[in-house]
Amino acid sequence: MSDLNEKEMRELLKRSVDPSEKPELERDLWPQMLQRIDRHPATPVAWFDWALAALLGAACLLFPGIIPALLYHF
Amino acid sequence: MELLERFAAGDLDAFETLFRGHQREVYGWIVRIVRDSGIAEDLTVETFWRIYRSRARFDPKGNFNAWARRIATNAALDHLRRTRSETELPEDLPADPRPDPAIARETRLSVRKAFAALPPKYRLVATLALIEEESYENIAQAAGVSASVVKVRVFRAVRMLRKQLACLHFSIGGKT
Repeated sequence: MSDLNEKEMRELLKRSVDPSEKPELERDLWPQMLQRIDRHPATPVAWFDWALAALLGAACLLFPGIIPALLYHF
Repeated sequence: MELLERFAAGDLDAFETLFRGHQREVYGWIVRIVRDSGIAEDLTVETFWRIYRSRARFDPKGNFNAWARRIATNAALDHLRRTRSETELPEDLPADPRPDPAIARETRLSVRKAFAALPPKYRLVATLALIEEESYENIAQAAGVSASVVKVRVFRAVRMLRKQLACLHFSIGGKT
C-alpha cells in the first residue's frame, strides 16, 4: 500500500470522525477519586484468604487440640 | 522523602499531589482515544485507581508520566474492547457542528462505520497516528510495543478500513 493511500485515509478520517469534544478537563476529578478509594479498601482481602480463615476456625472448633500447635507456629 | 517515594510508600497526600498534577494530561490523552468527555473522565479516575493500586510496584526513580500514560492507554483500550460490540452508529447521524462541505453525510457515515468496526488495538493506533498525528514513538511507548509494531498496526488498520469501506460500496479514489 502506498503512502498516498495512507495519506488519503488520514484526510478522510479527520474529516469524518468527530473531533475530541472538550479536549481540556473542565473540573477537578479528585472528589471522584477519593470516593473510589473510600469504596474499595486499598488491600482487599482475597476470597481464598477468607476461605482459609474459615477453614482454620472450623478446624479449631472440631479439633481444639491443634490450638497450642497453631499458637506455637504463629 | 521525595514525592514519588512517598507515593510508592502509600502516602495518600503524595497521591493527591500527583493526581492533581497529572489529571489534565491523563484526561487529555484518553479523550483523544475515546473521543467522549464523560467516558474520558471516568477512565481518568480508573487510570489513577490502577496507579494507586499498583503504587508498590512503581519505581520512584522511574518516569511517572510515562507510567501513567501507559496505564491510561490500557484503560482506554479496555474500554474500546468492552464497547466494541456496542459501537453501533446511529443511522441518523447528528448534524456535524462544523460540517465539511467537501464531504457528504453518507461518506462520513461509511467512514465512521468502518472505523468503529476496527479491532480495538488497531483502532487505538489508527486514532492516535492517523487522526491525532501522534508520533509512532509516543504511541509505541504508551502502548508498550515497539515503533515498528505501531507502524505495522497502522498499515493493517488502513488496509482493514479500505476493505471495510469497499464492503460499504465506498472507494477511496472516488469519494462516495
